[in-house]
Amino acid sequence: MMHIQARTEPSSLMKVVSPLLAIALTLFFGSILFSVLGKDPLQALHVLLIAPLADSYNIGEMLVKMGPLLLCGVGLSLCYKANMWNIGAEGQLLAGALGGSAMALYFLNSESAFALPITLLAGIASGMIWAAIPTYLKLKFNSNLILTTIMFNYIALYLLIWAVHGPLRDPEGFGFPESALFSDTTLLPTLFEGSRIHLGILFALISGFIAWFILSKTHLGFQIRVFGADEPAAKYAGFNSKKLSWFVMLFAGALAGLAGVSETTGPIGQLVPNVSPGYGYSAIIVAYLGRLHPLGAIIASVFLAVLYMGGDLAQIEMGIPIAVVGMFQGVLLFFLLACDFFIRNSLTFTNKATN
Amino acid sequence: MDADLIVQILFAAIKTGTPLLFIALGEVICEKSGILNLGQEGMMLMGAVVGFLAAYGTGNAGLGVIAAMAMGAIMSLIFAVLVLQLGANQVATGLALTIFGTGLSAFVGSGVVGQTIQGFQPVMIPLLSDIPLIGRILFSHDILVYLSFVMAFILFFVINKTRMGLTLKAVGENPHAANAIGIKVLRVRYLAIMFGGAMAGISGAYMSLVYTPMWVENMTAGRGWIALALVVFASWRVGRIVIGAYLFGVASIMHLVLQGMGWSISPNLLAMLPYVATVIVMVIISADHFKEKLLAPRSLGKTFDPREMA
Repeated sequence: MMHIQARTEPSSLMKVVSPLLAIALTLFFGSILFSVLGKDPLQALHVLLIAPLADSYNIGEMLVKMGPLLLCGVGLSLCYKANMWNIGAEGQLLAGALGGSAMALYFLNSESAFALPITLLAGIASGMIWAAIPTYLKLKFNSNLILTTIMFNYIALYLLIWAVHGPLRDPEGFGFPESALFSDTTLLPTLFEGSRIHLGILFALISGFIAWFILSKTHLGFQIRVFGADEPAAKYAGFNSKKLSWFVMLFAGALAGLAGVSETTGPIGQLVPNVSPGYGYSAIIVAYLGRLHPLGAIIASVFLAVLYMGGDLAQIEMGIPIAVVGMFQGVLLFFLLACDFFIRNSLTFTNKATN
Repeated sequence: MDADLIVQILFAAIKTGTPLLFIALGEVICEKSGILNLGQEGMMLMGAVVGFLAAYGTGNAGLGVIAAMAMGAIMSLIFAVLVLQLGANQVATGLALTIFGTGLSAFVGSGVVGQTIQGFQPVMIPLLSDIPLIGRILFSHDILVYLSFVMAFILFFVINKTRMGLTLKAVGENPHAANAIGIKVLRVRYLAIMFGGAMAGISGAYMSLVYTPMWVENMTAGRGWIALALVVFASWRVGRIVIGAYLFGVASIMHLVLQGMGWSISPNLLAMLPYVATVIVMVIISADHFKEKLLAPRSLGKTFDPREMA
């Protein structure tokens, strides 16, 4: 007989196994789906998962996608650890792209060595402002953070579209909704000759380690962890919940803003309407798949970046619509939530005869 | 402004408010049972694309609506199993449903983007549509608008006047007490969630069969999220949801109003209005923390485990 029994302690083994199991189940689901669509499932999985890592060009492109996913995912991990349901990484990323691009256009004819750092700071500050408004509204007026951050995603998107149609549009761009190409002084340097890998991926990795350090080595991080695990206990211990909320939200906003400005000053090189293919939303999955742990987020962001890259390749090589990536992300999160059931419960097998 | 323009604006507000009304009515039933489903946007998009595909394939818009309802209910069933059976976090599961629905709808709809169909035609209600002003505002719409009126009345009656409504509220207020007096808490919640899914499906079908009528990726543009705010705005009351839906309808067509008044503002800036309005409204209603706590279903968003004591 099979029994489901509640565990007295959450299983730390299952916490690690669950994401792996969820990925395996998602791939299984994918194989069935591809078979139904009349595509060779093995070839499809190869294109989705192996091809993105097959040569140095593809690895480079994968790393370009990993940067923003990781920057946003690290920030969200900290937010969710502190029970701040920030769904606004997408808007904070777009705000960073917009603010950073405005600064980069200001430096269009400048040779100053400070142009790039100031541009990046403008992007970071814009992301922080975009995170600060919903945080303020939550702490001051108790408004629902999930809904306000979502609304701010849409507001940022329309603000950005307005800007590329209006004040930031390239006057010599034949009316296309795009800014002028940034000058070389405000472009992020690439790390390797002939590839598009730029400083952004280093920013992302560093942010992961900084977040890990804060979380596991500082008193502030300790407070965040206690707050997430047991809110009443944290309040009883006298932790300042407002300060913690402000910290995680501004940290996440800064990283998402950096992701946005790194996209426009990195691989894109100008401000365009579609800066992000939904990195800020995918970062929610990065955070969950990485178990809200900054180092886990690094591994999770590799997987999601591979999936994005594989989606591009699958469209080109096999005619599979790119939207399959978004669907797989949803399926992955479903399977993860289902597998997490076994963190709290265990399956026990008992022999009926001995009962 | 002349009377004719006002009539046109109010007519358009009803039309824009209708998808919000459908989805918010479904969500209020779901929340009354104590379940917060953030997957509205995903279910709505799936309703929109499946409704469109069914209507496109059969040439029958009515079949499109039925298919959309069924699809919405199926989507919500995934959510229900995870949340009710496996005790998954409602917020995370709802987000997963939205991400899944957004991706899946774009995937299955990729072949029909930009195709058009013959949607529902306006049906003038005899006598009522002849009433000056009101007739044109309320009674010269398509059949789905009338269905939304009827649904609002039925739900108001069911929630406030019937035993079924009482059971629903009991489950949402205190599932342990409801369980103790023999109410099947999980069954009530399954039904409430799936009702919400079906309503989200119709809401999506309204977008793709009447409002545009065509299918475009992400065409619901956050209406599923605005509906969630609308339920809070309405303090979980059907009457206020109706008013709120049409107020948001006015906010969404504000650019037409302002153009009518001779203003010229960038359409991209005006497109922000419904979202800005939602934020402002949420700030105003939530500021009174005590009142909101009092009105919300008490077990909203909490996992119910019958093994635990209340």
